[in-house]
Amino acid sequence: MTPGGWLIMILSVGFVTTLFGWCIVKVLRTPEATRHLHSQADIEPPDAKTNP
Amino acid sequence: MSPSPHTREGWGSRIGVILAVTGSAVGLGNFLRFPGKAAQYEGGAFMIPYFVALFLLGLPIAWAEWSLGRYAGNRGYNSLPGIFRAIWKSRAAPYVGALGILIPVVIYMYYVCIEAWCLAYAFKTATGSLSLGLEKAAYVQFFSGFIGLAGDGDVLTFPHGFWNSAIPYLLVCFLVNFVIIYRGIAKGIESFCRWAMPALVACALIVLVRVLTLGTPNPAIPDQNVLTGLGFMWNPHWGGTTLWQSLGNANMWLEAAGQIFFSLSVGFGIIACYASYLKPDDDIALSALTATAGNEFCEVALGGLITVPAAFIFLGAAGVKDAAGSTFNLGFMTLPMIFDCMPLGRLVGTAFFLLLFLAAITSSLSMLQPAIALLEEGLGLGRRASVSLLGFITAVGTALVIYFSKNAAALDTMDFWVGSVCIYVLATVHVILFGWVLGAERGYAELQRGAEIRIPRVFIFIIKYVSPLYLLAIFVLWLKQNAASYARQMTQDPVVATTVGFILLVLLLFLLLTAQSVRRWNRMGLPRGMEDRP
Repeated sequence: MTPGGWLIMILSVGFVTTLFGWCIVKVLRTPEATRHLHSQADIEPPDAKTNP
Repeated sequence: MSPSPHTREGWGSRIGVILAVTGSAVGLGNFLRFPGKAAQYEGGAFMIPYFVALFLLGLPIAWAEWSLGRYAGNRGYNSLPGIFRAIWKSRAAPYVGALGILIPVVIYMYYVCIEAWCLAYAFKTATGSLSLGLEKAAYVQFFSGFIGLAGDGDVLTFPHGFWNSAIPYLLVCFLVNFVIIYRGIAKGIESFCRWAMPALVACALIVLVRVLTLGTPNPAIPDQNVLTGLGFMWNPHWGGTTLWQSLGNANMWLEAAGQIFFSLSVGFGIIACYASYLKPDDDIALSALTATAGNEFCEVALGGLITVPAAFIFLGAAGVKDAAGSTFNLGFMTLPMIFDCMPLGRLVGTAFFLLLFLAAITSSLSMLQPAIALLEEGLGLGRRASVSLLGFITAVGTALVIYFSKNAAALDTMDFWVGSVCIYVLATVHVILFGWVLGAERGYAELQRGAEIRIPRVFIFIIKYVSPLYLLAIFVLWLKQNAASYARQMTQDPVVATTVGFILLVLLLFLLLTAQSVRRWNRMGLPRGMEDRP
């Protein structure tokens, strides 16, 4: 592992971890997050809802 | 005094939101495809175009897709051909949007096979039939025999009996996907996966600790240890190549962008389709950013630290490069070896592959939705009829992938032409529609509507100028370096030619369906090309 390798690894892993941590804090501080924030997981197409 | 809505919403529900958003983004791309690509292009060097693509393409285009989808959805469209028609007045718009149906459907055709391998590996790890010791050849041979890498049609000869082949697992996966979507119970599965995803991350963290404490498992080969494994993944260059030589490879830039698109589901047409069902003031800015961040954490911090270093330790540099020749193979050849040499390895391994299978199910279910939306819009079919027709189309494609298994040729051809090139083209179309047709300022206003975070205005400059130029430059360079060799491959390799021909046939089918949809939209008088622009 060269110094360049350590640098790339620390920057890459550190950056994605910090960004994810920041997003978690932001979501936790969002009022009415469950109503207002969405993912593909909780968006249900209307035809699927009405399907008998 | 009644409590405000803010105080009524518990922390549990908010954590549930994070899990749902992150869980929907995690899939096979993080733990299996990314390590394969990183190993193929020598790790550290690959991370440079990878992060450049994340900032200049992945995140901006994800925001653009959410915005385009919500904008068009509020005007009555749900399928990508319709979404493009709502934004772009050209008669060609819906036909270009047909790419957004082709991509998820074709990716589903091979994705379901990999899903089946995950299920099979979970079962085989649980029963102990994957405990093959520390001899790498045994795992390579097992995987090779299991998916029929040696010859076309090998999987269907059942050399070890039907129940030991990949076919029963594939049938189960196919059935599970279509039963869930046919019966409209996808939401229940998603709710379950909301809690299964943290378990997957916990499993990955346990595996990560084991990989980082492997030391030198084979003292006879002292060079294959944790540090050199990490070096293989993260050093900016490896072996005889310099960093600049590696960065001069246009294929690597295209594939790095392709990997960002694949794992974020950007350029598939799926995000826009789902966003079309949102209300006008729902947040899309923080939702997209959280999904991206969760996905990147799983991919870089977990996928990048587990599979490639472990593969190097067990297989060596040459072995990694051989295995990485086919994108998804590396994880299946390497991970069982890690599980075999860790305490409670059978339990952790079973849980890991099973949870990976669940993550894959949530992704494959979402791949079917855009085509269902088009079949319903275009032919006026009900959900169940649409699902049945789509089941037939995807079954034919999956049969092709299963039959042409020699060196995973059909799978790799679909993954390259659709999973990289077509996604790239569709992502470019999204950028142009958002930045130039809808207009970057108008698009930015749409993105900021109901947003929980303020997107920096530099986003407007990036999406309007930087992203399209960047996409165009890499594409032209890639064509210049590779067009001749890919054309030659298509004329000389009958499997590649057959697979590409099949992809074109599916595209033709979706173009015809789009034409039918256009006639229907015209009859219904739905707006076209921002006709209702204030």
